[in-house]
Amino acid sequence: MDERNTKVVVKNLYKIFGENPERAFKLFEEGKGKDTIYKETGLTVGVRDASFEVYEGEIFVVMGLSGSGKSTLVRMLNRLIEPTSGHVYLEDKDVAEMSKEELVRIRREKMSMVFQSFALMPHMTVLQNAAFGMEVAGKPEKERNERAMKALEQVGLEANANSYPKQLSGGMQQRVGLARGLAVDPTIILMDEAFSALDPLIRSEMQDELLKLQEASQRTIIFISHDLDEAMRIGDRIAMMEGGNIVQVGTPEEILKHPANDYVKAFFRGVDPTHVLYAGDIASNKFVTLVDHKGEGPRTALDQILRAERDYGYVLDRRKRFQGIVSIESLKNLIDSESEKQASLSEAFLDNVQAVTNSSSLQDALPHISAAAWPVPVVDENNVYQGAISKNIFLKTLHREDE
Amino acid sequence: MGNILNFDNFFIPVDTWIEVIVDWLVGNFRPQFQMIKWPVDVTLTGIDSFLNWVPPIIVLLVLVLFAWKFSGKAVAIFSLISFLLIGYMGLWSETMTTLAMVFSAVIFCIVVGVPLGIIASRSDGFAASIRPVLDTMQTTPAFVYLVPVVMLFSIGTVAGVIATIVFSMPPIIRLTNLGIRQVHPELIEAALAFGSTPRQVLLKVQVPLALPTIMAGLNQTIMLSLSMVVIAALIGAGGLGVPVFQGLNSLQVGLAGIGGISIVLMAMVLDRITQSLGELGKR
Repeated sequence: MDERNTKVVVKNLYKIFGENPERAFKLFEEGKGKDTIYKETGLTVGVRDASFEVYEGEIFVVMGLSGSGKSTLVRMLNRLIEPTSGHVYLEDKDVAEMSKEELVRIRREKMSMVFQSFALMPHMTVLQNAAFGMEVAGKPEKERNERAMKALEQVGLEANANSYPKQLSGGMQQRVGLARGLAVDPTIILMDEAFSALDPLIRSEMQDELLKLQEASQRTIIFISHDLDEAMRIGDRIAMMEGGNIVQVGTPEEILKHPANDYVKAFFRGVDPTHVLYAGDIASNKFVTLVDHKGEGPRTALDQILRAERDYGYVLDRRKRFQGIVSIESLKNLIDSESEKQASLSEAFLDNVQAVTNSSSLQDALPHISAAAWPVPVVDENNVYQGAISKNIFLKTLHREDE
Repeated sequence: MGNILNFDNFFIPVDTWIEVIVDWLVGNFRPQFQMIKWPVDVTLTGIDSFLNWVPPIIVLLVLVLFAWKFSGKAVAIFSLISFLLIGYMGLWSETMTTLAMVFSAVIFCIVVGVPLGIIASRSDGFAASIRPVLDTMQTTPAFVYLVPVVMLFSIGTVAGVIATIVFSMPPIIRLTNLGIRQVHPELIEAALAFGSTPRQVLLKVQVPLALPTIMAGLNQTIMLSLSMVVIAALIGAGGLGVPVFQGLNSLQVGLAGIGGISIVLMAMVLDRITQSLGELGKR
């Protein structure tokens, strides 16, 4: 990696929860771990000796299981949680040391945050929510509404500006959360499990949205996640956390090639991936989905499949429930044999189509995947389409785990 | 052991202690207590003379419009009929006085109670220490209050309003505290993350979101104050308590009856209107 400007430098950052945290430091010196310290002193180690640098314009993902300290870590960057000791340099100023007044100024001008639970103000409209950061900063109403509107346009919600958050779906609410973070035009955006509360289809849609926004203007983003696929997909670099420690920092590629320890390895490769992973984990939603409604006929369906350069289309009803699979061939046959009245898509459904549920293990899904000519659709317990698994995807998964 | 449990052998003179304390307060601090009377007196006299000065038609009009705007047609019609009936029963002036007493008591409850509730929501220690005080204020029988109130503030409508303020303030303190504590911590975190000062968190997030709960507290405070202003007639306060008290003294069941009916109607009207104020806050 070439020399890039560092935006954030975190040095020896600690968070110990409880009274008299000095006791923990003594035990650290004796080489005691998190669990022993808790047993002996009742102190909880949140983050232990975290040091890393974040470069300008990158998406830096902090990744770990719940309880690994990643949420505590990100909250120390804007001091929603006070560090016990250590430094957080933002453009050469130490956030950990600055006065309350300066901290408020930094939060208003330099850092914004997107939350897992969205944390939108229910008593404010979408526009007012997007303008919240500027409102507390005392910007004039006209200016803040203009900028908030621009941010809403960026996430495609300008039409909902006067709605209340409750009236929007989860995905749309998080777009508002994102717009609120963008509107203040911050140097750094902290995203705490920002997409984890969304269902898988919406989640990957939001990830794409974030990458698109990132392409338009390079921001420095620190993204917290427990989802490996998410980290690999959006992260320029990843920091792996375990039990309050940062165990490895690197590009996804580097971490894949040289995992620092067994914990990191376990993330990337199970003992036998077909037992560890479920169909829902590897289902891809890049296949063509067709929503069965009155306007949808064999010709429009064919057109969509051809344009996506695919061979099959997955027909869903309006509530995304899986109905059947059509292929280029079956659609063409239907169009040729079509009488005067418009034929319905269901007449072109392939025979012997079987879907697997997202909770079936890859072991169980394997026979279906190998037997079918088409990628096997994956549904949840309500028959709602989650994606599909092609032979290709399946093999890639095995490969990744074995490498 | 048997000796200790024999109630004739041991006696704790709490009644004497109370007498000593109140006497001491009266003896040394009466001027200070009289000073508290002044703002209450001004507020009460102002509202009372205003309500009794405006022609009833104006009062009715404002009431009906208010009820219509916040609670809808049904409550508006009910309010109109109730107050017309009160007027035709010949208790208009007394009702206006009671209304003025309730309003002044409630104003002071809000001015003192909401800030106390806010402080309680930010400090567990303060919340814990005022709890027994609030319990005492709310549960001490109304008649027990009246003795020290008379000793400290003498008799009359103002003294009655002061007793009412003490009696009806707890709910608004409690529910302000509760409402603010119920605001989701993530929302406060979000407000802070975007650079809100503690004051901005309070005014832009906590109080607006606690408003429905605070309104529920206000509703309870109004109801409690209505029951107390009537009892306050015992220490010479005016208003609807007077016909009830006179009826009781001279066994005129009709007189006490119309006083009672007027109080009930007024309570229902105020209750319905303030309840929908709370709903309004919820959106």
